[in-house]
Amino acid sequence: MTLAGLTEARPFRAPWHVRLGWLALFVYLGYAIAHLELSWPRFVQGIGNGAHFISRMFPPNFSRWELLLQGLTESLEMAVVASFLGILLSLPLSVLAARNLMPAVVTWPVRMLIMLCRSFHPVIVAIIFVKAVGFGALAGIAALTVASVGFLGKLFTEAIEEISLKQIEAVRATGASFMNTIVFGVVPQVMFRFIGFSAYETDANLRNSTMVGIVGAGGIGGTLFAAFQRFDYDFVFAILLSIIALIMVGEVLQIQVKRVFRQ
Amino acid sequence: MSVVHAATTREWRRFTPAERLARYAVYFFIVAAVAVSAESIEIIPEFLYDAPEQFADMFQRMWPIAWGFYPEGVHEALIETLDIAALSTVLGLLMGIPVGFLAARNAVPVPVLNYFARFILVSTRSVSTLLWALFFVAVFGPGALAGTCAIAFHSIGFIGKLFSEAVEDANKGSIEALTAAGASPFSLILYGYWPQVKPTFWAIALFRWDINVRESAVLGFVGAGGIGMALDTAINLFQWDRVAMILVTVFVVVIIAEVVVTQIRKRII
Repeated sequence: MTLAGLTEARPFRAPWHVRLGWLALFVYLGYAIAHLELSWPRFVQGIGNGAHFISRMFPPNFSRWELLLQGLTESLEMAVVASFLGILLSLPLSVLAARNLMPAVVTWPVRMLIMLCRSFHPVIVAIIFVKAVGFGALAGIAALTVASVGFLGKLFTEAIEEISLKQIEAVRATGASFMNTIVFGVVPQVMFRFIGFSAYETDANLRNSTMVGIVGAGGIGGTLFAAFQRFDYDFVFAILLSIIALIMVGEVLQIQVKRVFRQ
Repeated sequence: MSVVHAATTREWRRFTPAERLARYAVYFFIVAAVAVSAESIEIIPEFLYDAPEQFADMFQRMWPIAWGFYPEGVHEALIETLDIAALSTVLGLLMGIPVGFLAARNAVPVPVLNYFARFILVSTRSVSTLLWALFFVAVFGPGALAGTCAIAFHSIGFIGKLFSEAVEDANKGSIEALTAAGASPFSLILYGYWPQVKPTFWAIALFRWDINVRESAVLGFVGAGGIGMALDTAINLFQWDRVAMILVTVFVVVIIAEVVVTQIRKRII
């Protein structure tokens, strides 16, 4: 009898508002599926198209490797320059945006600026820069720099806000100037995290630099998009493989750099 | 006396010579990379001098913002963007969680499967959303279906990587207890791992949805649906007041999404 009682009472039954939340989520998903006209026949037809597409991608065609290498180099250079500029700009901005170092009058506008940089996708920013500075790598660098400031600015700020204020106080007590407080009180505490974030962002820029070319902002993306529109799917596959290889190398390098700086 | 003196003059160094060498190598590598890139990248200086003027021109054309354009051209596309973001997050979770689980070395102690899963995670992540979108537009034709699949496939890597790290961090004790009690692999997942990784799961889902809202705004440039389609048309027709309207809409939606995510995170996790 006690056993029957145990099986009937469910001790971890979800409260009604959680169940209501689940219901709302499912209703919304159902509505979204209906709205997007996702249907089974279309899916089946798509599988056929996909198979055809993939069969045309094999074997990858590396015969135009000079074009490929040129695009990849440009992407790589864009990523490096944009990361450098992004880190350079984010460092002072994050100090200005940190609530524990600056008054609210200073932090608010800087925080808004960082949020504005982060809210638009790099490709949308790239389009605006293509209009402003014309087609080519410069627009891509500008767009990636904006994206880096948005991302690094936020992470750097959070890292600075988490530091221990005792060390700052100690440095200040010796009569250090503001710059000295930053250099000897703040930087040693956040250095390793900054290196980690910067390495991550360089990696992210490398990924994005292969994409902004689709809207004309330089790099391998333009080559890829052109090959795609000419139905050179074997060349597309060659480009994709190179991009994946490049990004994997980037990831390995990122891990190595972090290892060097971990004491 | 002299011995003590010798001992005190010994210089203290924080790093071993090898560590210092590695650091200098990294510094050198970074400086060289930046210098070489800045030197060899093709930048047309005339374009750069011209930029402030062009920016001023662009903002002038954007003003006044075409607020009236919202009901006729933006609203529908915005709803589609949000639908794409939600569905692709769910689809991405459905695909990413199993792969992430396979990649966790403690849950699936088969190295071949681990490496295979890791390869899937890295390769789906390296192909950016727009490239996935190009592929799925070729497969399903232009439209929101292609966009949904594109973002979902790109999300696999992100979701799977974070999820596998969460599984690898799971406490061994409860897993061992369940194994000792003779639990089936399914029960092991449901009662051993799931309660431990549940908070991470929700954090990942929310974080990814937030990212996907941003990502789904650009899909339209390659014809994969959403608000990007309206943006692309407006840019191609040089209707900058409409472009401004769409950008404002995207900005507002992204901010709202971020606020929603922060609020839910505070309540649930």
